[in-house]
Amino acid sequence: MNTTILLLLFAPLVGFLINIFFGKSLGKTVSGVIGTATVFISFLCTLCLFSQINSGAETIKFHLADWFTVGSIKVNFSFLLDQLSVLWLLFVTGIGTLIHLYSISYMHDDENMHKFFSYLNLFVFFMIALVAGSNLLIMFIGWEGVGLCSYLLIGFWYKNQDYNDAAKKAFIMNRIGDLGFLIGIFILGYTFNTLEFLEIKSLLGKDVISPSLLSIAALCLFIGACGKSAQLPLSTWLPDAMAGPTPVSALIHAATMVTAGIFMVTRMNFLFDLTPDVQNVIAIVGTITAVVAASIGLVQNDIKKVLAYSTVSQLGLMFLALGLGAYEVAVFHVITHAFFKACLFLGSGSVIHALHGEQDMRNMGGLRKVMPITFWTMMISTLAISGIFPFSGFWSKDEILMTAFHANIPLWVIGSIASIMTAFYMFRLMYLTFFNDFRGTEEQKHHLHESPALITVPLIILGTLAAVGGVISLPGNSWLNHYMAPLFAHKAHGEHHLDSQAYMLMAIATIGALVGIGIAYSMYLKKKQVPVADNEVQGLHKVLSNKYYLDEIYMAIIVKPLYAISTFAKNFIEKYLSKTVFGFGSATYALSIQGKRIQNGNIGVYLFAFILGICGFLIYLFNIRN
Amino acid sequence: MNISIVLIVLLVGAIATYVSGNKLASKIALLTSIAAFGATLYALNAFNGGENLDVNTIWINRPAVNFALHVDGLSMAMLLLTTGLLPLIIASGFVTKFENEKAIYALMLFMGFAMAGTFLAADGFLYYIFWEIALIPIYFIALKWGNGDIEARKKAILKFFIYTFAGSLFMLLAFIYLYTKGGSFDINKLYALQLNSTEKTYIFFAFFLAYAIKIPVVPFHTWQANTYSKAPGVGTMLLSGIMLKMGLYSVLRWQLPLSDSAAKEYMPIIVALSIAGIIYGAVVTLKQKNIKKLLAYSSLSHVGLIAAGLYSLTIEGFQGAVLQMLSHGLVIVGLFYVVELIYNRYHTYEIKEMGGIRIQDTYFASLFMIIMLASVALPTTFNFIGEFNLLYSLFKVNMWYAIIAGTTIILGAFYMLRMFQKVMLGGETKSFQKISKQESIVLVIIVVVTIFFGLFPQPIIDLIEPSLQSILTQIK
Repeated sequence: MNTTILLLLFAPLVGFLINIFFGKSLGKTVSGVIGTATVFISFLCTLCLFSQINSGAETIKFHLADWFTVGSIKVNFSFLLDQLSVLWLLFVTGIGTLIHLYSISYMHDDENMHKFFSYLNLFVFFMIALVAGSNLLIMFIGWEGVGLCSYLLIGFWYKNQDYNDAAKKAFIMNRIGDLGFLIGIFILGYTFNTLEFLEIKSLLGKDVISPSLLSIAALCLFIGACGKSAQLPLSTWLPDAMAGPTPVSALIHAATMVTAGIFMVTRMNFLFDLTPDVQNVIAIVGTITAVVAASIGLVQNDIKKVLAYSTVSQLGLMFLALGLGAYEVAVFHVITHAFFKACLFLGSGSVIHALHGEQDMRNMGGLRKVMPITFWTMMISTLAISGIFPFSGFWSKDEILMTAFHANIPLWVIGSIASIMTAFYMFRLMYLTFFNDFRGTEEQKHHLHESPALITVPLIILGTLAAVGGVISLPGNSWLNHYMAPLFAHKAHGEHHLDSQAYMLMAIATIGALVGIGIAYSMYLKKKQVPVADNEVQGLHKVLSNKYYLDEIYMAIIVKPLYAISTFAKNFIEKYLSKTVFGFGSATYALSIQGKRIQNGNIGVYLFAFILGICGFLIYLFNIRN
Repeated sequence: MNISIVLIVLLVGAIATYVSGNKLASKIALLTSIAAFGATLYALNAFNGGENLDVNTIWINRPAVNFALHVDGLSMAMLLLTTGLLPLIIASGFVTKFENEKAIYALMLFMGFAMAGTFLAADGFLYYIFWEIALIPIYFIALKWGNGDIEARKKAILKFFIYTFAGSLFMLLAFIYLYTKGGSFDINKLYALQLNSTEKTYIFFAFFLAYAIKIPVVPFHTWQANTYSKAPGVGTMLLSGIMLKMGLYSVLRWQLPLSDSAAKEYMPIIVALSIAGIIYGAVVTLKQKNIKKLLAYSSLSHVGLIAAGLYSLTIEGFQGAVLQMLSHGLVIVGLFYVVELIYNRYHTYEIKEMGGIRIQDTYFASLFMIIMLASVALPTTFNFIGEFNLLYSLFKVNMWYAIIAGTTIILGAFYMLRMFQKVMLGGETKSFQKISKQESIVLVIIVVVTIFFGLFPQPIIDLIEPSLQSILTQIK
């Protein structure tokens, strides 16, 4: 058992070390194979643990080593392998393996391929730590570690300073969230004298703790989740993160890392259950993010940007579910989303690969015939994300909306609007990319080709999962809810009965999706519209194209003033302070020059001063006597 | 054995270095510093085995001054920092060709001697002497081997000297006053003095002036950036890596225990001042154009956090402060060494004249990046352990303290990543000769030690905790 866990935890780290130190001499293919194999080993180990846990085995607590003590709090390298973490690891390492495999082909022309694989391995290692950690600080190691890998991989092509800016932005915005996370850790550590999840859980039931303090702790943790999972107002880094190679976008910025916030809230569900006010905040933030990001996605022309906003929007829906306390529903959507969004990103990578780096959909079109596998797998995933029966996204999104309908009608309405937008922009993407005639250069047209098997096989596997993934949690007969039941205090929300109301909601959702698809169909397939050039965009469209000017607003109210203050402090305060301090020195110097003048050797002056002194002394004595 | 052996090694080594002449000086100096480190490790082993390493002999009869050295976990940790960093700093000197090598290396060792003495002295007078003589070598190092125009340099170094010296005079006054009360400079007798609260307040602020300038705490920092940028690389490393910690250490050893009630009374103000310094330092760092000044201001921000932890009067704050002194010492030496390596190739400290280095030397870039990430306290680096303790201690005092001080993790990432991007990333602009194996050794050692103690910090915590607990008891 211990060997399995050690292998699971450290295989990707070994892969990282091999690739970083020897990767270059091993050659591209070997380093790619090592990178893939180590993640696959983790996957196999996870599978082994999963089969045990699924058949009812005890939760595994694994103590690796002591780490350090803070005051009276002991922090250890220890891991908790329960239903939640094992399930999460299953798709992290599973999809991770597929994306590593894909990258062997995708990155083959890059001279630093071994570095790419080493970073990717390091990412998987930290992601495993994040998920498997049994206390908040191990989770925090993983949390910051995946942020680092994200930074390294967004800026993988570091010759380009725009990419470096994107990488830096991602790291810093995540750090804003991390401060929240850290304060949350402090509050919990201070209150419970431990950072272990299970201990906090049991103490929460026993002790009487001020509810407001718990609320602040929960809110702080949620701020951390906002940073990592790109929720408003910390969302703007994720679209920029698309500067990284496409496999990175698929693995880190769609399927795994960005769902860490959802994982964290789910892991701490016992805390959030006690803080309904924070749950409301989560639901509202999630819903607003879902609709805002979806609306921006409507007008994006970069194929990866569309998918990026779609990811932000889908994460918003997951937070909506979390805010309503429907943790298993959120987890369900995380899993189906991981399937179809990874597939979509890898598919877009396949397209970009075929077009030699072209990402603008205005210069695509008609690729359906030359790239059938890419097309069909992406089509299935598009149907899934749009919520079309019976693809996986239909089931999971339906659960979220149904939960929202029962809890709060306005949230349901807004969530539904976001879903309609999703159907629209996804079909817009498909029509612009794969239908009508090719709009690129003759040169590109000449080289169009379907991608090799290393790229298409992962696509086919993910496409299949995107199609049938819904079976893990069908209404009324949910394996997932049953599996996760021990984690949550309440009865699963997902167990909605298939009554007439449920059928009605499904019908409404489906009609909504079809409306979105229909509009896209008439605009981009029937009328063959192509989005206008960037400088011709007007009105609301312009606001959306510019992402509601969020970046500009942050620039104007935060970054620019900070720079201004910095320059002011550097050029003014520092000088002034220095002058003041050393003014004491100059004053002394000036005084001594004056003093020098008194001692001029003139006996008359000395005598005068002497008599003056005596007179003064006598007056002083006289005054005291009286 | 007793601990004076370490001091003797350093002092004799300094003389031997000077005598051996320019050709051998650097090697003798390196050997001496390694020997001193070895002696320290040996002493550590003996200390952990329960052996008493103290020295106490009469030095001057009137006034009663003893040559008294005391070893506890705290001074052991500081001694490890001093003798551990010295070989690294001396080895970093190898990349630069100095005039009159025998003098500069001898001065470096002599400075190590004085600083080690400061950390060990258990007699107020002796401590004061060590404290002050540490200034002399750095004064000459900065003056004779520094950068830039000689007149500007002279001015900056003189300001530094006079400013810190003036601050220390208040400390001397405090010691003299305490001596008149108890007739002894012995630290335990000083601890045992019964002072009223007014006296304690005066003592507190007299020490505070000396230490606030030395550490430095905003707004007493005006000497720092200029001195750092004018001093040669090794001088900057000595200043930022070790000397800066003399003030912080002394807060723990002398100021807080001797002025306990005043320390408690003024805690909120001093902590707030320190936190203001963290933010101010970080903000000023952001727009610096000279990389040495940038690192100087980043240090200002980091020591602000350490000072805040010390004055929070919590065990977590004390622990975090000592851990952060060690980790900051390592990392800042690494960063200034990186700067020297770049300077040797580009002959400039201006950030805008750098860039495109990573693409030419990825090995160097990786080492630099790890050290940079350590300085922003990424978990699994040593710096994280200290920073976590420090922020937690501030949280225990007041949640808002932790939130405001915590912005350092955001601002720190901001200015460090920005600097790294400008200095290292982008396309090739100027050709950069790859760093050699020998040049990289110092960086590799720093990286390995930083990660090692990030993963296994407990031995150090166990070493320092009892002594910090007893200081805390003394205060409470």
